[in-house]
Amino acid sequence: MDLRRPNRPVIGPKVRQVGFVTPDSAAATSSSSIPAVSAAAATSAGSPPSSLSPVMIPPPRHPSTEMSNPHFHPVGSYNPSEQILGSPPALSPSRSSRFDADGSDFGGDDDESVALSGVGGGMTPKSSLLMRQPVTKTAPLVSETRKRDSNASKGKGEGPSAAPKEKLTKAERRATQEAQRAAKAAAKEAAAAGGAPSVSKQPKPATKPATQQKKDIPSGSGPLQPLAPSGSIEKKQGKKEVAAPHPRMQFDDMTKVGKLKKRAVVNQSEARNRVELFRHLPQYEHGTQLPDLESKFFQLDLIHPSVYQVGLQFLSDKISGGNARCIAMLLAFKEVIQDYTTPPEKTLTRDLGAKVGSCVSFLIECRPLSVSMGNAIRFLKNRISSLPHNLSDKEAKSRLQSDIDRFINEKIIIASKAIVEHGVSKIRDGDVLLTYGSPSVVESIFAYAHGIKKNFRVVVVDSRPKHEGQGLLRRLVERGIHCTYTHLNAVSYVMHEVTRVFLGASSVLSNGTVYSRVGTACVAMVAHAFRVPVLVCCEAYKFHERVQLDSICSNELGDPDAISKVSGRKDLNYLDGWAQNENIQLLNLKYDATPSDYVSVLVTEQGMLPPTSVPVIIREYGIERLWT
Amino acid sequence: MPDVSDFILKLQRRRIEGSHATARQTAELLRSVVSQTRMPYTNQAAALLDAVRAVGEQLIAANPVELAVGNIVRRVLHIIREEDLSSSAVSFEGLMISEKSDDEDDADHKGGPVLSAAAVAAAARSTLRPRSLQTLLEDGPLPAAPSKSSSAGDSEGKSKSDKSAVGKRLKHSVIEAINLLIEEIDDCYEDISEQAVEHIHQNEVILTLGRSKTVKEFLYAAKQKNRSFRVFVAEGAPRYQGHVLAKELIQKGLETTVITDSAIFAMISRVNMVIVGAHAIMANGGVIAPVGMNMLALAAQRHAVPFVVVAGSHKLCPLYPHNPEVLLNELKSPSDLIDFGEFSDCMDFGAHGGAPLMHVVNPTFDYVPPNLVSLFITDTGGHNAAHMYKLIADYYSADDLVIKRKSTSSN
Repeated sequence: MDLRRPNRPVIGPKVRQVGFVTPDSAAATSSSSIPAVSAAAATSAGSPPSSLSPVMIPPPRHPSTEMSNPHFHPVGSYNPSEQILGSPPALSPSRSSRFDADGSDFGGDDDESVALSGVGGGMTPKSSLLMRQPVTKTAPLVSETRKRDSNASKGKGEGPSAAPKEKLTKAERRATQEAQRAAKAAAKEAAAAGGAPSVSKQPKPATKPATQQKKDIPSGSGPLQPLAPSGSIEKKQGKKEVAAPHPRMQFDDMTKVGKLKKRAVVNQSEARNRVELFRHLPQYEHGTQLPDLESKFFQLDLIHPSVYQVGLQFLSDKISGGNARCIAMLLAFKEVIQDYTTPPEKTLTRDLGAKVGSCVSFLIECRPLSVSMGNAIRFLKNRISSLPHNLSDKEAKSRLQSDIDRFINEKIIIASKAIVEHGVSKIRDGDVLLTYGSPSVVESIFAYAHGIKKNFRVVVVDSRPKHEGQGLLRRLVERGIHCTYTHLNAVSYVMHEVTRVFLGASSVLSNGTVYSRVGTACVAMVAHAFRVPVLVCCEAYKFHERVQLDSICSNELGDPDAISKVSGRKDLNYLDGWAQNENIQLLNLKYDATPSDYVSVLVTEQGMLPPTSVPVIIREYGIERLWT
Repeated sequence: MPDVSDFILKLQRRRIEGSHATARQTAELLRSVVSQTRMPYTNQAAALLDAVRAVGEQLIAANPVELAVGNIVRRVLHIIREEDLSSSAVSFEGLMISEKSDDEDDADHKGGPVLSAAAVAAAARSTLRPRSLQTLLEDGPLPAAPSKSSSAGDSEGKSKSDKSAVGKRLKHSVIEAINLLIEEIDDCYEDISEQAVEHIHQNEVILTLGRSKTVKEFLYAAKQKNRSFRVFVAEGAPRYQGHVLAKELIQKGLETTVITDSAIFAMISRVNMVIVGAHAIMANGGVIAPVGMNMLALAAQRHAVPFVVVAGSHKLCPLYPHNPEVLLNELKSPSDLIDFGEFSDCMDFGAHGGAPLMHVVNPTFDYVPPNLVSLFITDTGGHNAAHMYKLIADYYSADDLVIKRKSTSSN
């Protein structure tokens, strides 16, 4: 509940100044704002805080009053709205809001689209529109932005139509402020904001500051920011930026699974003897769907052959590894775009977006997306939707293709080169470097370090069931690097001699958690116990604003049969026919979450950072920001 | 003795592995060694000690990592000492009753009152134990003499018939005690699993790694008491004994989930208790356990999950570990990890002076430091890691910690 500051001139909140005190920054920017609006608020906030209670918590700063108030200094370290937004207190309000606007545009938008496809299109655009109807009535602004994002059929045309509406509300709002009916309006807003998320399944706490932000923009940012493209977009961005990542598909939700099954192309049968803890994750019988899919090849006219091929490769594990999968997918999309022609009476931006969406949902059926792929899809969808209307098909296609090339080049290839350069600086002569699995970036770090005649030894730790380390071992030995190979259980034994641990990551989450191949956490933990520094090498495009504490809530399940069979050990057949016994389950986890305190440093193309800096990277140098 | 060399060969070739098997067979072998030893007229206990020590040294050298062998050798030595003391006490008592006027024997206890046999036995036993405040107080009034009188065979020297009777009695009682020891080794599972219901509650989630018979029996016992709980079994690469354990558990109707070793960290946050077996427990409370256990213990510590080690008393080792990861470890064949010849194509032996570029490390054991262990459950109950040295002192004589043939047999 963001109540407007009550009109009590005497009982001002006591804002204690702790930490960095930068009184100038806010005053300078806010001085240019409209003084008329601030008249009422100035009396409350600007007056000396002769408070009654020393521990009174100040009400959340309302951006509009705060910005328009020349005397208000947003310096207190405690400032709820700012904290939720996450912008550092030193930032001036105007800058932070502008930045939010920049970032959000794509963040929210793509998130929505990815989520839509990620859920497997659990909601068709029409249904989502229907569900959001009531919201439209109560809060036109919210529904406006929502519709823009989610609804594929209604397009950019809404932008202009939204503009007059928006002006009207702006005027309205000013009137409201001046009439001091703020509290009531805010309550209404909050109710609307509270209603919207429940419909659209957005977590509530995140939308609350969003509405605050949104409200602030019409009054404050109009005159302040001539840079902003248009009011409506700005507004949308302001709202979407803080939206939390869309919840993932939960496979223990029967209704949703049923919907998904109906639309599924890949006919997968549920694996037997599921582990109770992992009901929410999909687990299918391995290998059953492949012949079925192959037979469907000529019926699936919707799916482009190259996407189909990549999907099958994912399914059969021919392509694995975050970067490889991402590149394969993007190249397939490139071909899709190449072969695309806009159907009559449709616009390219809408139709191509939908087509990519269907390809993505096909790929998800084959194997759940990795975070890196999700980010790449966000990027692509964003590029598609932001294409200018007046472009011809050919121009648009070539532009998209070059965008994809640029993404692969900048975000993956050049990024890993930069990581290699950073990483090599941490290798000294005589080092013993340990790595786990087969991370591609780490491999190139080793190769490069060997190339510049550094003298070191590599310990390759491997684990069941995939034994990816053997491939890495082979490649390193072929290069002439001294290697020691061992299995994960022996990591405590080899850790004594190790001086550095280099690990790869599937993604790095906003709380610093490293989400990576299962077993990575064990290696990092043992290294931590033995006081060996752990360097996690990860391209910044794999960062994600999601947070995760354990490895259970979100993970991927592999084929359980891979556990019962031990390759090359025919004598180990104790678990043959395990599926007949309902007391036994085999769990083949694919990922785990390494707590951030085990990570000494993250090596990214932005430099070497502590894991606590992940949110900063996501916010400041995140994908959305760099791509605009 | 053919038995000995045969057993040594088996140990060297790792035909016999596992604490239980080696402990039991060592005890049986030593029993036969004791029974075959010819007893001299004097100093019989010393002769037995020498014989056992000679064999024990070879056995330990045959497989130094199999600590249970050394434990049993020391246990047998301890048994001989104890039996010697009690038999001497008995004979002493006989002497006291029959010939009260015999001053020579009592000359040692100058001015002392006539000692009861029980007191002598108690004093004799106390000499085997390390000194502690408690024993000092208990035995305060006793002079230090009994240690002298206990020096083997000195006090029993009256008539030849008496001697031979005592000698037979000593041998006989030692063999009896060794039989008891073997029984104890066999029964340790029952004693341990009796305590299971005290530690496992309904709906518990238990994680274990590899296969240990003790753990299996422990879980069985809890299941028999109608506790329903769930077991996660980490497979324990590269031996994959976890598969065997899982199969055994589901036959008893336990809900079992097999996980890879790499998923230990992911799953431990949902686990209530970790119960594992051990290869040996060192005197400082550290544990020599199958490889991967240190990782598991660290993960358990991270998530504040109790880490419980169940082990029979034959696994209690009176030695303190020094650099146990290397010295008390054994590297197995690389063929467990990589097929033979798999990497021969990419190895160039000529390039680096013949030294191969690649090493494969396949250790068998892990050392878990005592601070990671929450509880030890042995056949005598639950114990703290810091208390293990005291428990171990009950089983072994301080003189036997180093087994060398050269060492003198006095006391």
